Amino acid sequence: MPDDRELLDTGASAQLLGDRFPGMAATDEQVVAMQSEKLDSDDILQKRPFGFLFWFALTWIAIVFLAAIFANLLPLQNPNYQNYSALSQGPSSAHLLGTDDLGRDLLARLIFGARVSLIVGFFGVGIGLLVGGTAGLVSGYKGGRLDVALNAGSFIILAFPAIVAVIAIVTFWGQSLLHITIILGIATIPLMFRVIRASSLSFAQRDFVVAAKTMGATDTRIVLREILPNVIPVTVTFSLITVAGIIVIEGTLAFLGLSVNLPTPSWGNLINEGTANNALSTDPYIMLWPAMSMFLLLWSINLIGDRLRQRFDIREGLL
Amino acid sequence: MTDTKAANDATTNEPGDIVLDVQNLVVEFKSGRQRVQAVSGVSFQVRRGETLGLVGESGCGKSTTGRTLVQVQPATSGSINYLGQDLNGLKGRKLRRIRTKIQMIFQDPISSLNPRRRIKDIVAEPLVIWKRGTKDERAVKVRAMLEAVGIDPDSASDRTPGEFSGGQCQRISIARALMAEPDLLICDEPVSALDVSVQAQILNLLADLKAQFGLTMVFIAHDLAVVKNVSDRVAVMYLGKLVEVAGSDDLYRAAGHPYTEALLASIPEPDPDHKSDHKALTGELPSPLNPPSGCRFRTRCPYAQDRCAEEEPLLRDVAPGHQVACHFPVGPFANSPAV
Repeated sequence: MPDDRELLDTGASAQLLGDRFPGMAATDEQVVAMQSEKLDSDDILQKRPFGFLFWFALTWIAIVFLAAIFANLLPLQNPNYQNYSALSQGPSSAHLLGTDDLGRDLLARLIFGARVSLIVGFFGVGIGLLVGGTAGLVSGYKGGRLDVALNAGSFIILAFPAIVAVIAIVTFWGQSLLHITIILGIATIPLMFRVIRASSLSFAQRDFVVAAKTMGATDTRIVLREILPNVIPVTVTFSLITVAGIIVIEGTLAFLGLSVNLPTPSWGNLINEGTANNALSTDPYIMLWPAMSMFLLLWSINLIGDRLRQRFDIREGLL
Repeated sequence: MTDTKAANDATTNEPGDIVLDVQNLVVEFKSGRQRVQAVSGVSFQVRRGETLGLVGESGCGKSTTGRTLVQVQPATSGSINYLGQDLNGLKGRKLRRIRTKIQMIFQDPISSLNPRRRIKDIVAEPLVIWKRGTKDERAVKVRAMLEAVGIDPDSASDRTPGEFSGGQCQRISIARALMAEPDLLICDEPVSALDVSVQAQILNLLADLKAQFGLTMVFIAHDLAVVKNVSDRVAVMYLGKLVEVAGSDDLYRAAGHPYTEALLASIPEPDPDHKSDHKALTGELPSPLNPPSGCRFRTRCPYAQDRCAEEEPLLRDVAPGHQVACHFPVGPFANSPAV
C-alpha cells in the first residue's frame, strides 16, 4: 500500500509518484504486452463453436424457408387438387407424405402451409419491432412524460387477454392472411416496446452516452450509434422467441377455424383437419407432418435465439 | 513533470484569465413530493492552466457539480460562465458546439466506453460528429492520439473495450476526450476504480497531457492524497456547500475549517506507533432532504456553538487566496475575526 502521509508531506508530487512506482518508465511496453497476451486468449474464446444442434436447427429453418419461398417452382402438386383415386393414402412414391381424406397431396399442403406460418410469424414480429421497438428505443432514452405515457399505454394493451381480443377482431374483420398478420403484429407491439425500452433505459444512463452528449452528438446519433447496437442482441433473441409464439397463436386460431379461409393450407389448418372427423385414427399422417414440422421449427427458432444470446453475452461477460 | 507543476504554480500566482466562473450553483432533485438540494449555492472560479481539486465525502454533491459543468445535469439556478458565455439554458446546436470545449473523464472506465464499438471508432467520434477532416486524416489523428495516451494503435484499433483492462480503458477514454480539443477537462474520480499502481500511471498521464495540450482541469476525488498531488487549488465540499477553498499546499499545511481538519486527520498513518491526537468524526452525513440549520457541519463539529445553529457561515477570506466558511476557524486562523 502507498504511504499516504508521506505523499502529503512531500512537495514535488509528480516526481514522488515516479520514485514511488519505479516501474513507470516501462509502462507503455507493459501495457502493450498485457494487451497482446489478453487478445490471444480472446481469440480462443471467439472460436468457441456453436455446436451441432445449432447448425441442425439452422438447416431446418433454412429448408422450411426455401421450400416456402420457392413452393411455386418446386415439382409439387396443386395443394388444393382433390384426387379421388388416392384418398387417405400413406407415404408412397407418388405422394411422398401421403394424401388426406379428400385425396390432396400432403407434401404440397405442408409446404404451402408453411408460407402462412412464416409470413404471419416474421411479418407480425416485423410490425411489432417497427412500431414497438422504435417507440421503446426512444422512450427508454428520452424518458420523461413521453416515457410515462407510452408505458401506461403498453400496460393497458397488455391488460387485455390477447387471444380473446384477436379472436374477436378476426371474427369481425374477416379471416385473411393480411388481417391476421396485422392483428398479431399489433398484439406484439407492447411486448416489443417493454423489452426494448427496458434495455434502452439501462444503456441511456451509462457514461458512454453522457460522453457522447458532451462531445456534441445529437439525440438521433446517440440512439442510433450508442444505444441501438447494445439493444440489438436482446432484440434479436426476443424477436425469435416471439416469432415462435405468434406461429403457435396462428395455429391456435386455425384450430378454432379462425385463421386463413379453407381450403388454403396453413399448418394450423392442417392440424385442425387432421383431428376432424376422427381422422386421427384413420389417417394420422394429416396431422403428424404439420405438427412435427411446427414442433421442429419452434424448437429450432428457440434454440437459435438462445445460442445467439449466449454468443452475444460473452462480450458482456468479459466486462 | 516537476517543470509542469512549477509552471502551473507560476500561472496560479498571477491573476490568470478565468476560464470557468460558477456562481451560486444550485442543483435540485425531486424525491417523491420533496425536493433535495444536491448542490446548494456553490461558487468558484477556475483560472486558465490550473487544476482545481474538488473533494468531499460520498453524497456531498461533488459529482453532481461536475455533471452540471458539462450540462448533462441541468442546474436549478445559478450560472456557469465559460469564457463569458452562460451555459445554463443554452439549447440545441449552440450548446452542442460549446460543450465540446468541456470534456469529462468518468470514474468507471468500462462504462464510459460503448462495449459494441471499436476503439478507433470510439476515439474518432468527436471528429465524426463535427465532420472534421477526411476519413484518412481522422485515422491519422486517432493513431497519434492513441499513442499519446500510451495505447498501441496497431493492436488496439479494431478491438472492443471489453478486451482492455480498466487502466487501458481510462487511457482510451482520455484519448476520446482530447479528440474534441477541449479547454477544460472535468475528471470525475478518474482513478478511484483503478489499482494503486495504475492510478499513478493515469495521474502521470493526465499531468503530461495537461501540459502538452494546455488544459485546465477540475479534478473531483475523495482521495485527499491524490487531490494534493494533482491540484493547484483545492475546494472542499460538505453537504452541497463549499466549506473551504485554498491553494493546495496552504490547505494541507493549515486547514481553516474543522471539516477539512477532520478530513486531513483521517488520512491513514503508515506508522503503527503513531498516536493520533485528532478525534475521529462522529455521526453520519445528515440527510440533504433536511439539512441542519445554520452551519451544515455543526451536527458533527467538535467546536460547534450556539451561533452555528442560528447563522449560516459564508465563505470569507482568512488569508490571501484562502477562504473558509466557518464562524470559528481552526489552526492559524483561530483568531481571525468572524464577519
